[in-house]
Amino acid sequence: MHKRNTFSERWLAYFLLAPQLAITLVFFIWPASQALWQSVLEEDPFGLSTRFVGLENFGRILSNEHYLHAVRVTLVFSAAVTTSGIAIALLLAVMADHVVRGARLYRTLLIWPYAVAPAIAGLLWFFMFHPTVGILAWLLGRIGIVWNHELNGAQAMLLVIVAATWKQISYNFIFFLAGLQAIPRTLLEAAAIDGASPAQRFWKIVFPLLSPTTFFLVVVNVVYVFFDTFGIVHAVTEGGPGQDTTILVYKVFKDGFIALDLGGSAAQSVVLLLVVIALTFFQFRLVERRVRYA
Amino acid sequence: MVERRPFFTAVAHATLILGVVVLALPIWIVLVTSTQRMEDVLSAPIPMWFGDRGLENYTTVLVGGVQGSQTGPVGRMMLNSLVMALAIAFGKIAISMLSAFAVVYFRFPGRMLAFWTIFVTLMLPVEVRILPTFEVVANLGLLNSYVGLTVPLIASATATFLFRQFFLTVPEEFTEAARVDGAGPLRFFWWILLPLSRTNIAALFVILFIYGWNQYLWPLLITTDERYYTIVMSIQRLVEATDAAPEFHLVAAVAMLAMLPPVAVVLLMQRWFVKGLVEGEK
Repeated sequence: MHKRNTFSERWLAYFLLAPQLAITLVFFIWPASQALWQSVLEEDPFGLSTRFVGLENFGRILSNEHYLHAVRVTLVFSAAVTTSGIAIALLLAVMADHVVRGARLYRTLLIWPYAVAPAIAGLLWFFMFHPTVGILAWLLGRIGIVWNHELNGAQAMLLVIVAATWKQISYNFIFFLAGLQAIPRTLLEAAAIDGASPAQRFWKIVFPLLSPTTFFLVVVNVVYVFFDTFGIVHAVTEGGPGQDTTILVYKVFKDGFIALDLGGSAAQSVVLLLVVIALTFFQFRLVERRVRYA
Repeated sequence: MVERRPFFTAVAHATLILGVVVLALPIWIVLVTSTQRMEDVLSAPIPMWFGDRGLENYTTVLVGGVQGSQTGPVGRMMLNSLVMALAIAFGKIAISMLSAFAVVYFRFPGRMLAFWTIFVTLMLPVEVRILPTFEVVANLGLLNSYVGLTVPLIASATATFLFRQFFLTVPEEFTEAARVDGAGPLRFFWWILLPLSRTNIAALFVILFIYGWNQYLWPLLITTDERYYTIVMSIQRLVEATDAAPEFHLVAAVAMLAMLPPVAVVLLMQRWFVKGLVEGEK
């Protein structure tokens, strides 16, 4: 945990830690404890009166049809983005690991979307699917599909799924490629000599050896969809049409910041906090396994 | 490659090319749109090749901005984004290195408590504490300021862990040698640890620059004055503005400008980027 040889100036250690700890306490731990506290209070929007209501706010959100709808939207969104993003990235990584010629160029051309902000990814696909100028909306129109994500909830959902997946493929790709390159060639060669076809080698050797990376990416992708896609939803659909793309984080923002339902928003924050804690815990367990297996 | 299979190799190339094209397609459309006249991009199908108004469009948005979006000139927003990205990247690296140095090279009461306090920040993203964090920033009078835009984001558990891991691999002999030569902790940090950390700093810089540039929710919460708007948070206003006046050619130019710096950093610093990403997550 620390060096055998340590310096004896204790006061200096506190001094070195001070900036990080000060920021953590003021901007992380204090506001989080405020969220916990507010989640058991009921406050009017002007802050004139507050009363302790215990778990009432939680009961209120968990029995609220709009909240449960947001839960379902978030689950569908996470499942779609995580599955398609991981499947596409794995396919591309396997191919990139196979080719010799142009491998570096392919890698470069596949990793840059990582740098694009989610909101901008949303804007790019908003362009592609725009009902009047979008090239894809126009092509779909030619085969008889009317595309208008401002009116059609399913199409709006599809739009945010495509944008979120598009942005996340690069990230998954980098990790899968690193995972593939860590698999010893001798294993695959031995299997090939024993007559295993490429498909058999993939499903019997490569895929199981990649499973720690896959599990890790599932957790990271779920965290990404829960929190980082706020920009896509806020910039492109604003949670609509109706509530059809209102994910949980967007609802916390809207209820707290625009509708000024402080207790309800705080209770939603606490629910999300529990989700993050569970996912972080899960992620650390996976990392331990990753170290052991890979 | 384990054996020669020309057919499979051909399939691999085809798949990769398809992947590259699909990833690049939206950027291509936006890039060519940003060089058109307004009247050429009012209805589909829009041109798939460059127009001749690139220079004018980019100058218009950089100096004047997009009508109806009320964000001010894009040049100003890019400057704000740059300030934010650099301050967050260097700020995180600086305070994380100092904290990692403290927990690895010193023994003092409360060491584990400090370590766990930093660890907890991993579980508290802005998104789960939106309102109370806004209140803290407002009470400190930091709304609409560069300090408010950057300082609350520079605590970093990930960067602290990364430097801690790295410092633990630095041989003990360095510390002994420094002590024999009479160097105190700060000299040791500055002349030995900092130069040894160069690669880690570069790798982390790429990731953190992108993180800072791409911040969305935070500037949205704490800025109401357009002098402090960042380019990424202005995207929603641009999307809304297209409802009133369909200036798609200008919106496309802003989108290109918003992507350019982080994409350039990734491409130019690709080696460090992959290292930073894969190791940062361990």
